[in-house]
Amino acid sequence: MTAAAASGGAGTGDPGPPLLDAHLVADRGGFHLDVALRVRAGEVVALLGPNGAGKTTALRVLAGLHPLTAGHLTLAGADLDRPDRRAWIPPERRPVGVVFQDYLLFPHLSARDNVAFGPRRRGADRRAARAVADAWLARVGLAEHARRRPRQLSGGQAQRVALARALAVDPTLLLLDEPLAALDARTRLDTRAELHRHLAAHPGAAVLVTHDPLDALVLADRLVIVEDGRVVQTGDAATVTARPRTDYVARLVGLNLHRGHADGHQVRVGGLTLTAADSVAGEAFVAFPPAAVVLHPARPDGSPRNTWEATVAGVQRHGDNLRVQLDGPLPVVADVTPAAAAQLRLVPGLAVWAAVRAAETRAYPVGR
Amino acid sequence: MTARRKDRPVTARGNPGTRRACAALVGAVALALAATGCAGGADPSADGDGVRGPVTVFAAASLTESFTRLGAEFEAAHPGTTVTFSFAGSSALATQVNQGAPADVFAAASPATMRTVTDAGNADGPPVVFARNQLVIAVPQGNPRSVAGLADLTRPGTKVALCAPQVPCGAAARTALDAAGVPLTPVTLEQDVKGALSKLRLGEVDAALVYRTDAAASEVDAVEFPESAGAVNDYPIVVLRQAGNPAAAREFVAYVRSDRGRAALTAAGFQPPRA
Amino acid sequence: MPVALFVPAGLGLIFLVLPLAGLLARAPWATLPQRLAAPGVLTALRLSLLTATVATLVCVVLGVPLAWLLARVEFPGRRLVRALVTVPLVLPPVVGGVALLLVFGRRGLLGGWLDATFGITLPFTTAGVVLAEAFVAMPFLVIAVEGALRGADVRYEEAAATLGAGRWTTFTHVTLPLVAPGVAAGAMLCWARALGEFGATITFAGNFPGRTQTMPLAVYLALETDLEAAIVLSLVLLTVSVAILAGLRDKWTAGP
Repeated sequence: MTAAAASGGAGTGDPGPPLLDAHLVADRGGFHLDVALRVRAGEVVALLGPNGAGKTTALRVLAGLHPLTAGHLTLAGADLDRPDRRAWIPPERRPVGVVFQDYLLFPHLSARDNVAFGPRRRGADRRAARAVADAWLARVGLAEHARRRPRQLSGGQAQRVALARALAVDPTLLLLDEPLAALDARTRLDTRAELHRHLAAHPGAAVLVTHDPLDALVLADRLVIVEDGRVVQTGDAATVTARPRTDYVARLVGLNLHRGHADGHQVRVGGLTLTAADSVAGEAFVAFPPAAVVLHPARPDGSPRNTWEATVAGVQRHGDNLRVQLDGPLPVVADVTPAAAAQLRLVPGLAVWAAVRAAETRAYPVGR
Repeated sequence: MTARRKDRPVTARGNPGTRRACAALVGAVALALAATGCAGGADPSADGDGVRGPVTVFAAASLTESFTRLGAEFEAAHPGTTVTFSFAGSSALATQVNQGAPADVFAAASPATMRTVTDAGNADGPPVVFARNQLVIAVPQGNPRSVAGLADLTRPGTKVALCAPQVPCGAAARTALDAAGVPLTPVTLEQDVKGALSKLRLGEVDAALVYRTDAAASEVDAVEFPESAGAVNDYPIVVLRQAGNPAAAREFVAYVRSDRGRAALTAAGFQPPRA
Repeated sequence: MPVALFVPAGLGLIFLVLPLAGLLARAPWATLPQRLAAPGVLTALRLSLLTATVATLVCVVLGVPLAWLLARVEFPGRRLVRALVTVPLVLPPVVGGVALLLVFGRRGLLGGWLDATFGITLPFTTAGVVLAEAFVAMPFLVIAVEGALRGADVRYEEAAATLGAGRWTTFTHVTLPLVAPGVAAGAMLCWARALGEFGATITFAGNFPGRTQTMPLAVYLALETDLEAAIVLSLVLLTVSVAILAGLRDKWTAGP
């Protein structure tokens, strides 16, 4: 992978040397992690992946809570962890701030003392540390809650205190582990917007670990998709959502994804030949949204392109529509309106004809 | 006060008492009992005076060695009897007796302790003194500090263990020290003779005032001192009112007072009672 | 109502409280004031409270780090060390006292050296009482604190590390406050055990009024001659210790 590929796509001017330059190789209880990561100053990168993909291990390695077995971890030109040079900086001496998944606010300390904890440990006297804490609490809108203990705070408030605590040490690298996962849907919306504001204001690098694509899309400048300890795809939100490269990503962004062999606009996939909007040659992915799949009770008239016979495997609610799983030569999901579903009398086992509009069928090469 | 009790028909309450004692023992040591013939009581080998069955003796800890020997000899002389001992501090035993412990005979290390049992009306007849014990100065083997008398114990740097004044050996020590006019401050007032002796044997003290019998049974040297004559301890023994086997109990007391019993006690360092 | 729980719970309570009722029933209430004023009672009580408290402090200072070691540090032989910590629990206290003499006594492994080098002798001194009580009571503290440490979330310590706290600061500022209820419970157990200590104390420190005669020793010797005096002494010890423990418990479990 080249440097341009690793950090490319953000499109924000100066490509300069990355603030965080890491090749994280670590082993943890039989699990092997091998992830390259470069983050520029002011950039927010999301490590996105399913549970058990190694995102949290990557974050722990960055924070110094778990050692590298190989590779390197360089932040602002300083080696934090470099096994081949026997370089190792313990967590307490890394310029890193962490927002933990369930915040881990110290239960015996007030919100203010939680935020003041970092500055105090890094040399500030009690008064100065409290002043820093008060300033940060004010910035996250919790000035009046400074004296409260963590258990007297709501989930959203606790999240903001945790963010203030991590930022109060002025970290060069800010790490966030599923920062919104513990919140209910409504709080999440507000907190996400506010977190976005703070991340945008953070001058250092930020790495966000999440399994929620929406968090990643809203908060991050660039996505690094991790599966099974490896990077499977990287790029900005538009690229990744338009051109998923694995089933996981496709499902994540709600696309049907298949791999086949392309010859111009024709892609051979699963015994069918689909016509795509793009012209590709060789191994290629074909992706189309569920809404682009239209269902017919019988073979459509005029025998258009991209039609095949399928069997209904399942029907679920999906927003205002119904999402239909189809078995057949090409297993896909289709979104239909309730009215259409009623007209078709969709039940599992029913035979239908599926059609995909060629204009919405994207094809792109498997290789780069 | 004892005459009235003597008149009471012994056999009338003997049998149920025996059954009770048997029941209690069965619960505790069923296997050992099976050999004693307790339940049947028709052992043909029992001798003519009908003395058989179990005898439970509560005896002062200082009697452990001599009474254990006497018990074996008694069983041999009276086939069909079994002697069971409970050795402990006299005061603790007296408390147990007064709380109704199933004992036949009580042998104490001091008349004062015996008095708590007789005062409570738990003795069957007046106690008799069967032995005397005298204090000695116990010192490590070889007597490294050349202790010759009580006055030597007040030398600077000499650590002495006494028994606490609440227990007989402590009371005797206090009497002897007062008689000698020796202002001794011990480093510890031990709960019993064995405690004082173990401090000596561990080397924590240089001397301990203990009974001659205890010194004899231990790997220490004993220094006799004249003032101990004024603090001789009488050992009284008595058959208890709650005795389940009074006949055998009486026989055991008689055996302790016999020539053979006296010989065993003398061998252990006791002196015979004053005539 | 879960009878299956209430019945044994009630029986358990009765079993624990009945002996206390026995003491109360036999207490010589009429002569109580005179007996309480008897010389030696207050001296023994004061000595007991003093030595049990100092012994508890010793146990906290040494036992909390030991519990931390057992709970947080992987080292070879940790299981064995954990078993060794409980030795004083299973050792008959009198044997514990003898063992202490063999180490700290005049001819003990360390005692001779302590005496020759620093002029420190422990047997027959109040410090010896503290030592004997601490020896017997420390496992209670270590076990309670180790349990609390194992139950505490290690990730708080990691969070402290990412905020710049070294191991020591993390221990004092985060770990200790988190396990404070466990330390308090362990210290109370430890204090109660030290207060009732008899066997190791009389064996190691002997018995001398005002210096090494604690309440349990006074009670034991009173039993030799005067059951009622022993009961009075026991009730004094019980009343004072239950009052102190109940008071502290309310304070400590109020929580942050």
